[in-house]
Amino acid sequence: MTSTVVHEPRQRVRVRPSLKERLANWDVKVSPYLYIAPFFVVFGVVGLFPLLYTAYVSFFDWEIGDDNPKFLGFGNYVELMGDGQFWHAVGNTLSIFVLSSGPQLVVAVLLAALLNMRLRGPTGWRVGVLLPYAASLVALGIIFANLFGPRYGLINSLLESVGLDRVEWQANRFASHLAIATMVNWRWTGYNALIVLAAMQALPKDVMEAAVVDGAGPVRRFFSVTLPMLRPTLVFVVITSTIGGLQIFTEPKLFDAMPGSNNGGSTNQFQTVTLYLYQQGFEGFDLGYASAIAWVLFLLIVVIALGNFLLTRRMGRIR
Amino acid sequence: MRHLHKGVSFAIGLTVLGATLAACGGGGGSAGGSGDGGQIELSIGTFTEFGYEDLITEYERLHPNIKITHHKTGEGGPYHQNLITKLAAGSGLEDVVAVEEGHFSDIVDKGGKFNDLTEIGPKDVTADRWLNWKYEAGKDSGGRLIGYGTDIGPLAMCYRKDLLEAAGLPSDPEGVKALFSSWDAYFAAGDQYVARTGKPWFDSAGQNFNAMVNQLDVGYLDRDDKLTLETNPGIKSAWDKVTTAVAHGQSAKLVAFSNEWKTGFQQSAFATKTCPSWMLGVVEENAGAANAGKWAVTDAFPGGGGNWGGSYLTVPKQSRHPKEAAEFAAWLTAPEQQLKAFAAKGNFPSQTQALTSPQLQDETSAYFGDAKIGQLYAEQARKVTKAQYKGPGDGQIQENVTTPALQAVEQGTPADQAWQQVVDGAKKIVK
Repeated sequence: MTSTVVHEPRQRVRVRPSLKERLANWDVKVSPYLYIAPFFVVFGVVGLFPLLYTAYVSFFDWEIGDDNPKFLGFGNYVELMGDGQFWHAVGNTLSIFVLSSGPQLVVAVLLAALLNMRLRGPTGWRVGVLLPYAASLVALGIIFANLFGPRYGLINSLLESVGLDRVEWQANRFASHLAIATMVNWRWTGYNALIVLAAMQALPKDVMEAAVVDGAGPVRRFFSVTLPMLRPTLVFVVITSTIGGLQIFTEPKLFDAMPGSNNGGSTNQFQTVTLYLYQQGFEGFDLGYASAIAWVLFLLIVVIALGNFLLTRRMGRIR
Repeated sequence: MRHLHKGVSFAIGLTVLGATLAACGGGGGSAGGSGDGGQIELSIGTFTEFGYEDLITEYERLHPNIKITHHKTGEGGPYHQNLITKLAAGSGLEDVVAVEEGHFSDIVDKGGKFNDLTEIGPKDVTADRWLNWKYEAGKDSGGRLIGYGTDIGPLAMCYRKDLLEAAGLPSDPEGVKALFSSWDAYFAAGDQYVARTGKPWFDSAGQNFNAMVNQLDVGYLDRDDKLTLETNPGIKSAWDKVTTAVAHGQSAKLVAFSNEWKTGFQQSAFATKTCPSWMLGVVEENAGAANAGKWAVTDAFPGGGGNWGGSYLTVPKQSRHPKEAAEFAAWLTAPEQQLKAFAAKGNFPSQTQALTSPQLQDETSAYFGDAKIGQLYAEQARKVTKAQYKGPGDGQIQENVTTPALQAVEQGTPADQAWQQVVDGAKKIVK
């Protein structure tokens, strides 16, 4: 420390802090930002930049390898709004989403309630429901595509053996959505159940005990106490499955009988928005149009996620 | 130590940030480049099996100043997608790049990004090295030669002897030729077969349709890259014949190369199959030992000859050693080398001298009743008379428009409605 004893203030002496002090000062002010900076740098490079650049590309007629892309303004978006195949894909995506996310959440909550009861070997059960999530998605896709094979598939054989008609899992639009949704549910139900279970176990015990004292049975307790208190977790689960569900790609791609195809079936009956996007971008090499699809899909996800958020919040309030 | 020294912690923060930035900026570095002492590094990109492993070693031995890196990709689809992307990016491609015939239409209008091999290639490599139609199909829209032919997939017909016999149809290699003399004869025989057995005649409508369209003078696009669907009577006629056959129950309705299609071979779900040379291995693998001795192949194909498959070697403009690359590609596609590739992986050569060589002529297949398949397919290759021009989008129309539409017909969509799907879909691809 420098000690400055100034007897006569003839001239103001500015006390310059030492290097050590200045470092300490910077440390307090700057270090926290430096520590979180890597995230923002990485996000900026691989998240934000592609997002904005995609928006830029979407305003051009930009074929891959084109050195002079032509500026179209909102031309791609106008074309997209009138593109029947796009709306068809949106319909498929929403249908698969509803068929998967709806049942999935109900089953996940019930499963969590079951796992929350006193069971022998609780860890074993919990790991068990997570196993489908740990399995390779591609392996699952191939296995399910075989199970749902219209001609030699196991499910149709079972249906026939009990005297029912075989189902055209590939050709029929709704049946194909059901088959793909089954694949999604198989993979994600256990994962969501574990998230809900964790939330259930964190619920305060005293509220539950008060309900027991008030004479509420287990069913009443579940609907009137547990579910409302799970609301924040359910909001999270609904939002994440909305984001994931609307971007579904691998399952319908692997389900297609034609290997490697992005068509989503012979009449695009199960082509999702991301499959259509991929087809336009990397088979048609029409990057501008694909970028426009990407942005519309992004906005669609924001709108639907917001809607689901409001819906889940409301549901929680109604007793 | 509870707290790091302040200066140290600040420095760590800076280092972490710096490392992140460095990681982002890293990468790059191009393939190829010449080392010191006149050493030249060449790279070659192929997919599935070209049978080039030993040949590359041999070339390095013959040319001590050249070092070759081989990039091999398992599947053709991702390989060609990567090719187009790197072609667009202007860097990252190998010096010698293989392109499959079905994907050639994706680069046919991008010829400016490839070297004209008649200019940079060895002068002693001339058109007469290859079958004429193979040589012609290696040209871009402007008529510049951008690819040296490697292998081909001449078409013949595979059929189940036992099933034809059971249906009272001729089944010996000579007698069966009448059934496969024209498409009309083929579908008429199919009607007979269905009437007598109640079982399907062929595997998949798209497999026949593609072969029929390939035999036309003009394909989906004309020389001006205009769509011909609505003006080309050949395409509509082929469509009508195939969809009529489907309506008559001739199709087993199996999507080619799907798992159910593979199972179909074991279940004897169909009696005939369009059979390019490389399909023999596919049939043997899927039909398996249980069906050994039942399959046969004959050197007759409806409508004359045809081709499905085969590749080209190109030298992109982005190569730093185009002359050396072209020399290497020329050497690989010489008859002697392609015969070695044929011996290694069975890729059927496209070079006229290779087709007459005793090695190829004596090739037989035990699974197909010791048929002289080398001689048979060489004969089929010579029956192809011309190279149909395949304009930009041709491959996509076949993969994403006509094949799915025929699948839709097999699934019950009315033929005229599916034809509309074809016209609309093709117009979307060729904008």
